[in-house]
Amino acid sequence: MKRSLIAIQDFSVEELQELMDTANDIIANPSGYSELCRGKKIATLFFEPSTRTRLSFEAAMLELGGAVIGFSEAQSSSAAKGESVADTAKVISCYADIIAMRHPKEGAPLVAAMNASIPVINAGDGGHNHPTQTLADLLTIYREKGRLGNLTVGICGDLKFGRTVHSLIAALSRYEGIRFVLISPEELKLPSYVKKEILKANNIPYVQTTDLEAVMPELDILYMTRVQRERFFNEEDYLRLKDSYILTPERLYNAKKDLCIMHPLPRVNEISVAIDDDPRACYFKQVLYGKYMRMALILKLLKEAGTL
Amino acid sequence: MNIDSIQNGIVIDHITAGQGMRLYELLGLETLDCSVAIIKNAHSEKLGKKDIIKIDADIPVNLDVIGYVDPGVSVNTIRNGMLAEKRKIDMPETLTNVIFCKNPRCICSTEQELKHIFKLTDRNNKIYRCFYCETKAN
Repeated sequence: MKRSLIAIQDFSVEELQELMDTANDIIANPSGYSELCRGKKIATLFFEPSTRTRLSFEAAMLELGGAVIGFSEAQSSSAAKGESVADTAKVISCYADIIAMRHPKEGAPLVAAMNASIPVINAGDGGHNHPTQTLADLLTIYREKGRLGNLTVGICGDLKFGRTVHSLIAALSRYEGIRFVLISPEELKLPSYVKKEILKANNIPYVQTTDLEAVMPELDILYMTRVQRERFFNEEDYLRLKDSYILTPERLYNAKKDLCIMHPLPRVNEISVAIDDDPRACYFKQVLYGKYMRMALILKLLKEAGTL
Repeated sequence: MNIDSIQNGIVIDHITAGQGMRLYELLGLETLDCSVAIIKNAHSEKLGKKDIIKIDADIPVNLDVIGYVDPGVSVNTIRNGMLAEKRKIDMPETLTNVIFCKNPRCICSTEQELKHIFKLTDRNNKIYRCFYCETKAN
């Protein structure tokens, strides 16, 4: 049966574990997977630019032996002529076996999934969901810490507009012993509905603070985020808040020796390049793990659709 | 104050006082040719005060609108002057084209043919969210 991934909650904890197990097996035995998607095509429909996510999907499909079609901006698609997302999804279903869609409008991949006859993967819809980033995050934590429970997870930066943050919180809230430390300027605090509907509803302990240094010793994970210019209607607000937190080697003086520093990338200046050589810096591994999780995801959805 | 009883039609009863006009508008009753009476602040044993709408025609009414605006309302169908059916209206799980998403970032804002769908996500606090972008209905 055709199935899509629109939000991380679409998958159960068991299914997430299955994806991580597959990804770990791909890492251990890449040649065993290199021909599994021979003759299959992924359509990467990117209505707004995102080089890394698009290339990650394309690399994932190529490493599975499949092929890639698609576009990387709305101007080079029929959307520029006024075609609806629903029609685009129906048309692309005739050409490809699976779709990865990024769109600036929230809910667009869901509309595509409702109209496509092939699986649709949400590759980011505005400030709403970005489930495959969360898949990358989960595998990174799992491989670096050996578990997804019993962790104190610090999330720092833009917690208001950061879609990766909301998805990560939703995903980790399903594991035992998770505690969140939410670090942000007042204006970019986690929205109250996320706190109420995810954290409070699941009795997940959390604290909110503006002081990164004070909470640093507690953290097992430090997830840094970028203040995103494109999410602001007002340029002045962006300029005022963009440099709220900059992680430097000096600021890590009281951090745990096995802290895992993560970032969904791209970074601007919120993590100093001087940290890149620190063994606790995991954000480039996160990119690599993202590709493996996308490979595992493509395989799962194509199998469930009966295409493989 | 007396309003003539109706022979064939609909009586929407136990409306929270003050919500009658809102329901009248959302149900589009101003477009009907038949008699429609809105009784405001009628005495109620249970509520103290209530509004009532009487429609002098057996027409289909959108129960989702009623359940969204004022759950707990009764919708009574009258046939030949007798009560033929009485329904207590609860909050609907889904609203389709009843309310509209105001989030300018939602796909609803650009896909003109898309139905505006809201899902009930918190019954206790009567919270509906857009099916596409999950923005809370006002």
